[in-house]
Amino acid sequence: MIPDGSQATRTWLIRGAQPLGGPALDLLVRDGVITEAGAGLQAADARLLDASGLIALPGLVDLHTHLREPGREDAETVQTGTAAAALGGFTAVHAMANTDPVADTAGVAEQIWRLGRRAGYCDVRPVGAVTAGLGGSRLAELGAMADSAARVRVYSDDGKCVSDAVLMRRALEYVKAFDGVIAQHAQEPRLTDGAQVNEGEASGRLGLSGWPAVAEEAIIARDCLLAAHVGSALHVCHVSTAGSVEIIRWAKSKGWRVTAEVTPHHLLLTDDLVSDYDPIYKVNPPLRTAVDVSALRDGLADGTIDCVATDHAPHPLEDKETEWQVAAFGMTGLETALRVVHEAMVETGRLDWAGVADRMSVRPAAIGRLDGIGAPLHGSALAAGSPANLVLYDPAARDVVDPAQHASRSRNSPFAGMELPGRVQATFLRGVPVVLDGKLAR
Amino acid sequence: MIRHLISAADLSRDDAVRILDTAEELAQVADRPIRKLPTLRGRTVVNLFYEDSTRTRISFEAAAKRLSADVINFSAKGSSVAKGESLKDTALTLEAMGADAVVIRHGASGAPYRLASWVRGSVVNAGDGTHEHPTQALLDAFTMRRRLGRLEGLRVTIVGDVLHSRVARSNVLLLDTLGAEVTLVAPPTLLPLAVGSWPCEVSYDLDGELPKSDVVMMLRVQAERMNAAYFPTVREYSRRYGLDASRMALLPDQAIVMHPGPMNRGVEIAAEVADSVRSTIVEQVANGVSIRMAVLYLLLGGAESGTERAEAAR
Repeated sequence: MIPDGSQATRTWLIRGAQPLGGPALDLLVRDGVITEAGAGLQAADARLLDASGLIALPGLVDLHTHLREPGREDAETVQTGTAAAALGGFTAVHAMANTDPVADTAGVAEQIWRLGRRAGYCDVRPVGAVTAGLGGSRLAELGAMADSAARVRVYSDDGKCVSDAVLMRRALEYVKAFDGVIAQHAQEPRLTDGAQVNEGEASGRLGLSGWPAVAEEAIIARDCLLAAHVGSALHVCHVSTAGSVEIIRWAKSKGWRVTAEVTPHHLLLTDDLVSDYDPIYKVNPPLRTAVDVSALRDGLADGTIDCVATDHAPHPLEDKETEWQVAAFGMTGLETALRVVHEAMVETGRLDWAGVADRMSVRPAAIGRLDGIGAPLHGSALAAGSPANLVLYDPAARDVVDPAQHASRSRNSPFAGMELPGRVQATFLRGVPVVLDGKLAR
Repeated sequence: MIRHLISAADLSRDDAVRILDTAEELAQVADRPIRKLPTLRGRTVVNLFYEDSTRTRISFEAAAKRLSADVINFSAKGSSVAKGESLKDTALTLEAMGADAVVIRHGASGAPYRLASWVRGSVVNAGDGTHEHPTQALLDAFTMRRRLGRLEGLRVTIVGDVLHSRVARSNVLLLDTLGAEVTLVAPPTLLPLAVGSWPCEVSYDLDGELPKSDVVMMLRVQAERMNAAYFPTVREYSRRYGLDASRMALLPDQAIVMHPGPMNRGVEIAAEVADSVRSTIVEQVANGVSIRMAVLYLLLGGAESGTERAEAAR
């Protein structure tokens, strides 16, 4: 599609990579497809990439990315955001609808989709708003967005909760007509009026308004029941509490069509980091406790939580270098996601690399309806015949996160200064390297 | 001695006792014909007040002036954002002016921590949002020690809106450090959810606590709490948690009644209680100046002045 590779070679021989962390193999990539996978492959016309010691994973898929364009190009653009995504190993991102103007019409959705095609670092799938202007009072034209060139399938008012139960029910029902899914930002607004941090020991000690777990859990429980009632698909954004994991586990045990995501930061960070009031740790939903982190890791490991989604939320420096209360909510995450999952899930023995591929590529691709037509574009098994969307990852690397080196236009990474394992060495989008040697290749 | 005073938890027992003892010495100055000491001559203390609080600002101003410091009052009404200049830019301005200490009152919890990361001088928290007000706790402890002769083992009951009270937070931390036993009394809606992790006891029954209290400290009830359904009516609050004359009669003979001010007479405290001999409310104000003198003296005492620092930097 976009990177047609006319300037670059269309044939690559990736030598000695370990697909899903298994035995080393050679992968021959030709015209955007993995044509052969095996030992000792030869191809005279191919460019050679030595991938010994590198793990090959299918290109990662992010269900939850704020690209900020149109409207806040000072924080991020589709160009810089997708560059960040490619450097993080993503070959597809879902651009959240809370732009300015809001992506609540076919026109805006198509604009974002086209910007993605022009940038060419990864596929950009616009998420449509559920309600007009994220206003929470009437449905946006969900069908028009579905029928547009952007082929919207995921709808979300993310940043705001569709708190009106009737509206939520109608949205869930309505998108059944085109196999859509409603991705809910679960936050009961009255219980979180002015809320700043997780309600618990830290909020009481620090004198910051508490954000109770029940505000998230009550909405998730309600929405699971609504999804079951109308037989539709619910996706729960950024699950952050142990109680939410339990509710989703229960809903899944009923066979209901409920899926869920967790962010990298909720898998690694806890609310005690707020102690010096540095707004780099201010995020919605808030950082929770070690008990919640452990439950989220367990939930992701056992599949209760389907996938990792970054909730990459770039903000300019001046929106974070302030008092806690007035600072913006959000953290960048695209360029650190895989490394954080490595640290939180692989190093702790909860997931192997096949599991990481499942939670960061296969399942989010399925939830985002990315593989509706023919062969899966994303989330393949890296076998012969698969599209060559793949990432080569060095699990032995280790270094300190420095946001100044990030391609994202913003620097609000909560992992700054933290030592994390791993390094994304290369990312291929439909057979074309967009990242090589850890740097943008184009 | 510590460099900043932002939380009462910053103070070790030795630090806290040293501040109280120093305040005791400095209180003598107030009785002299010339109430001024040359100690902080040439030093600059900035009062950076983002909230109106005449009593606290005047108290800090008097304290700094009695120590011969140059005082700059920087009053910024409303939030820094509303004013158009960020807290960081204000901090850099103060830094450029060579402030040796910045006394900050701010509506946002934690603002003094942010400030401390942007200036080299000492930061003194004069009340931040619903977080802390450590010099208030110090002057309260000073008042208790003066009236009752000790702090160790003293039974202190703090009554009211603990959830939103910076005075309660600082008092619980400091009094625990100094060996007093604190009990918080409030309707459950006005206690933090995790108050069980604080170094104090909790009760919902004021009448049950008063007979065992050496000190009862009444907190101000903000009018806006009523709109958020923390309690049904002001009258009901006053009946259940207000200190009137008949409740005061439940206190042991020597017990004192404190209030950080400003008071809502007739709400959390009845006029005859506020004006009774048990009340230390006026003393608290006077003691505030001595405590703030001690804090500025000890924080700045060993440090070189802004001008000297600038010279050294050249």
